Amino acid sequence: MYKILMKQQLAPNVKLLEIEAPLIARKAQPGQFVILRLNENGERIPLTIADFNREAGTVTILFQEVGASTNELGILSKGDFLLDLVGPLGKATHIEKMGTVVCVGGGIGIAPVYPIARGMKEAGNEVISIIGARSKDILIYEEEMEAVSNELIITTDDGSKGRKALVTEPLKELLNSDKTIRLVVAVGPVIMMKFVAETTRPYGVPTVVSLNPIMVDGTGMCGGCRVLVGNENKFACVDGPEFDGHKVDFDVLMSRQRMYKLHEKEYSSYHAGKREGECKCHSY
Amino acid sequence: MSLLLTKYPMPEQEAAVRVKNFEEVALGYTPELAKAEAERCLQCKAAPCRKGCPVEVDIPAFIKEVKAGDLDGAIAKIKEVNSLPAVCGRVCPQEEQCEKYCVLAKKGEAVGIGRLERYAADTARNKGETITAIEHTAAVKKVAVIGSGPAGLAAAGDLAKKGYKVTIFEALHLPGGVLMYGIPEFRLPKDAVVQAEINNLRKLGVEIIVNAVIGSTFTVDELMEEEGYDAVFIGTGAGLPYFMEIPGENLNGVYSANEFLTRCNLMKAYRFPQSATPIHVGKRVAVVGGGNVAMDGARTALRLGAEHVSIVYRRSEKELPARLEEVHHAKEEGIEFQLLTAPTSVLGNEEGWVVGLQCVRMELGEPDASGRRRPVEVPNSEFVLDVDTVIIAIGQGPNPLVQSTTKGLETNKKGNIIAIDNGATSKPGVFAGGDIVTGAATVILAMGAGKKAAAAIDTYLQGKKECSTNAHC
Repeated sequence: MYKILMKQQLAPNVKLLEIEAPLIARKAQPGQFVILRLNENGERIPLTIADFNREAGTVTILFQEVGASTNELGILSKGDFLLDLVGPLGKATHIEKMGTVVCVGGGIGIAPVYPIARGMKEAGNEVISIIGARSKDILIYEEEMEAVSNELIITTDDGSKGRKALVTEPLKELLNSDKTIRLVVAVGPVIMMKFVAETTRPYGVPTVVSLNPIMVDGTGMCGGCRVLVGNENKFACVDGPEFDGHKVDFDVLMSRQRMYKLHEKEYSSYHAGKREGECKCHSY
Repeated sequence: MSLLLTKYPMPEQEAAVRVKNFEEVALGYTPELAKAEAERCLQCKAAPCRKGCPVEVDIPAFIKEVKAGDLDGAIAKIKEVNSLPAVCGRVCPQEEQCEKYCVLAKKGEAVGIGRLERYAADTARNKGETITAIEHTAAVKKVAVIGSGPAGLAAAGDLAKKGYKVTIFEALHLPGGVLMYGIPEFRLPKDAVVQAEINNLRKLGVEIIVNAVIGSTFTVDELMEEEGYDAVFIGTGAGLPYFMEIPGENLNGVYSANEFLTRCNLMKAYRFPQSATPIHVGKRVAVVGGGNVAMDGARTALRLGAEHVSIVYRRSEKELPARLEEVHHAKEEGIEFQLLTAPTSVLGNEEGWVVGLQCVRMELGEPDASGRRRPVEVPNSEFVLDVDTVIIAIGQGPNPLVQSTTKGLETNKKGNIIAIDNGATSKPGVFAGGDIVTGAATVILAMGAGKKAAAAIDTYLQGKKECSTNAHC
């Protein structure tokens, strides 16, 4: 059992949990993920590690309540326990001193980009970060990103904060400027990562994206998380989650992410119906 | 008295009933049937059956106890060497092992050794066994076992009985490995049998740590240098599914057998939406492959509600690698066999879902390296199998996580750990066995390897180091 030490609401539907997990905190690196399970009937839910504290023995995860399982996770409070937590899984981000690195985070993807930006800064890089959200209410990690970036550019779709633009717009300007950009790291919605990769492709700037396909075991055993990279199947759980954005087939990834849409609706309505009729004491 | 040349049949659920549930197909012998079957054993002094058993259970001795009605005696005899008899009685290919060498098999059917083993184990378990924990002294040596599948469990059981302090590390949230995620509930009940036998190991004093990925949470070197383990046994199995590398394999509706079975068995997707893990089963399912895993996938798909399920296999019926019993059960349940058939691509619609499996017919040519006749494509024989789900069950390779993070551990070209017969690897104090060494095989072979390694680890830890690494043997 893994205790929740702190819970924070960062934006409507976006929550952060700090969890006691010393063995995972000891080994966690930027770019890696964990898998958690809420209860005996629970799914294995993969989530990128948003932060870790080796001394305190904690890992931080951040999630958006988008489906039945993340809603159930959102109901837990400080002092509650997760049944299972395993990690760190996947390969760590390759961090070294390269020069200027652009870190792009979109929506909830800003959280996992944060330890990467921090690592890049600590390694001696100039870090320019671009973070974007639909509007300022759901923009997260602004201060954190500010602290680890030489320059922070904010974009919102509705212009309520920073520039009214998609993240690709300032990215393109940077690519056109006289700065030599050595690497672009992008984490966010698949469609954003696809367009970041398309933006950098003509400039030949190496672009790393972090993928979050549907997963079961997370150790390479099931192959459910396979993604097409350079026309070759790779398992995001063990070969990734980070891949060369110029080689990823994002369309296949987006299609595969829709595989259980109908099941999600069925699950939600089954449990919503059950909750209305019963006492709630056993649900959580 | 003339010899009865056939086994007493084991009661089982009718095919028409069982395809609609996940309850166990075979129901086990009644006391009367068990006694009658035990009477068939000739109690041969030479006991040829024993040489067919990878863990050398004293078969005539335990059958004698069953015959006498002493079930405690029977299970004690089996457990001298086999910690998982209820599992083995169900999933061992006895026809290729102990029963193959039974004297009765020369004239008719062998004694139902597997069925009797199952009967003895189930009876003991249902009655409630008393298991006394092994007492350890402070100076006792510690052994880490990586992976809680058949190899790891067998090694852990033997090492615990020898007095070592054993810790099993399991990456998933429940122990059992392939017994939990791979073999379906209807062949091997998870709570009633697998977890019960694993709990017996816990009672013996074996510690099991789940959610621990060796190679990440700890490395093998850390276990030995920092965590104080004196020896390590690696039994991580064949946990990397192969795909066919044909177009359309990433369409929605294509599963590896590992994923399909893991969702259903370990994650209990057959109870969705009570369980949160979903599984997609269309109306018409093709399972590619001819082994036991393919049969498991096909029979699982039926139970999940598929209307029609086909096995697609490129050789003929004679070459099917699955156990005869599994093929027989599959046929009884209405699975269609598309033999001498090989898929060439998976066809999809615009939304990215499977709508068919393009295949070619094959014929058998000259024997290949495996001694089996090589399947050759029949020209102009393309056709489309009308399916909306494809399950690929063409084998698994070794998961590379432990090997790639352990200093000085040699592997072969396929990525399997190189170990000599007793399990010793190129790294002192590190032993390996089961599918991670041999490639995908059977539960009992993995258990046999686990037992051999346990004996070798004992020798090594007692200071008789001459055979501790394969470099020195």
